[in-house]
Amino acid sequence: MRVLFLAAAVATAVPAAAQDVQGRNLAAACAICHGTDGRAVTKDLVPLAGLSKEYIVRQLADFRDGKRPATVMHQIAKGYTDPQIDALAAWFAAQKR
Amino acid sequence: MKRRDFLKLAAASAGASSLAGVTGCATTLPAKARVVVIGGGFGGATAAKYIRLWDPSVDVVLVERESSFTSCPISNLVLGGFSSMQEITTGYEGLRRHGVQVVRDEAIAVDAAKRTVRLARGGDIAYERLVVSPGIDFNFGEVQGFEAAMNSGRVLHAWKAGAQTVELRRQLEQMPDGGVYILSIPLAPYRCPPGPYERASMVAAYFRQAKPRSKVLVLDANPDVTSKAGLFKAAWKDLYPGILEYRGNAKAVGVDAASMSVKLEVEDVKGDVLNVVPPHRAGDIALNTGLITSNNRWCDIDWRTMESKKVPGIHVLGDATLSAPGMPKSASMANNHGKIAAAAIVEQLRGRAPVPLQIINTCYSFVSQKEAIRVSSVHQWDAGQGTLVAIKGSGGVSAARSEAEGTYAWNWARTIWADSLA
Repeated sequence: MRVLFLAAAVATAVPAAAQDVQGRNLAAACAICHGTDGRAVTKDLVPLAGLSKEYIVRQLADFRDGKRPATVMHQIAKGYTDPQIDALAAWFAAQKR
Repeated sequence: MKRRDFLKLAAASAGASSLAGVTGCATTLPAKARVVVIGGGFGGATAAKYIRLWDPSVDVVLVERESSFTSCPISNLVLGGFSSMQEITTGYEGLRRHGVQVVRDEAIAVDAAKRTVRLARGGDIAYERLVVSPGIDFNFGEVQGFEAAMNSGRVLHAWKAGAQTVELRRQLEQMPDGGVYILSIPLAPYRCPPGPYERASMVAAYFRQAKPRSKVLVLDANPDVTSKAGLFKAAWKDLYPGILEYRGNAKAVGVDAASMSVKLEVEDVKGDVLNVVPPHRAGDIALNTGLITSNNRWCDIDWRTMESKKVPGIHVLGDATLSAPGMPKSASMANNHGKIAAAAIVEQLRGRAPVPLQIINTCYSFVSQKEAIRVSSVHQWDAGQGTLVAIKGSGGVSAARSEAEGTYAWNWARTIWADSLA
């Protein structure tokens, strides 16, 4: 059991930093419309920076599943897996508004 | 370049070369790793900014020959009279605030073995990694007579936003009602696939408003509209009947400024304003550095890092690259290329393996003053194919042209300018 616990601790500890970079890298692609680190440039989009992670995850899932109407996000969201959405939502949630 | 920038830089390179003389190559770099970026467009500016964001310990020098950035996206609205040069121009103060040293000069040569960049005004800058984001230059020779006609000011490409944008707008304003504006489009691949069709739409919108007896004649070397074809054609049919005429398979092989005509393979077509876009290739510094690998035109790169497949230590961005499958030569892509390179360089400088990025393309085109259409795609590294590929099932085009897309187009423009430069 001790070995297993140790393995579990390592598995969560090491990818934490990697996950951060993964979230950062995924979120960077969104910046062309949503602004650097999700800080919106115009009033036409809601700033993603500082929104709750759960809210962002739900919106992206709803776009992807066609539950929330959109001009473009329904097409973009289909390019992302659940773990990817999780990582980028965590990144945006952690950014200052 | 400001005098004090030049002095700082001259001091830096003098210090570097004298050190090199004493102790050898390894000490030619400052204590901090230095990345030099050539070209302050969407690709280079973004790379410079994001390297500083993601690792402020890296010294970043951006070499750019212009004093400010002029955006090709939205420049077609300037031609239509719906935007201004001021609106599409952004300074480099934003990058300076991120700690990027912006040097106004032209990079004229790269010594990849010594890892130095030579500047037109004299002096070399040493780098640990180099980013080359040169945009495009033209293969003028493929359109006979073009270069002379352009130099005389009679025929323009206006395919780099700037002085030619201003001049083309002036020519359109001076053209009498009843005149013909000819837009000649080269074979794909070229910078901004939907750009020519947006330009035709903007000029047609201007004519409909100000010179309704005038015509826009599109001579496309491609067999059909290369991007968002259904949406463009629907807009032209609804908005510009009798004004905009489109001809496919109409490749310009020459221009004659004396008779103001475009020479196609089988006939000559006369116009009053000739806007001929010649075929292009990676910009001159890529050519001079030996970075071009494909058809004497484009630079093949590793899409995990944007690093040249030919010259190690040099990352090539933007329109100059040999495009990955389904990837347009667009501002969105150049900006995201900058982020791929930034992420890779930050890892490489720490001796770590770079992780591939997933990136998004979104291109808006205006079809009238207020309405726009869009195409989007998501691109992911595919280890099997060894390139970035568009993810199946993602992306697509607008359901229809709309003012909502027009609003989002302006949001995209203002945001990508800020994301790249502020």
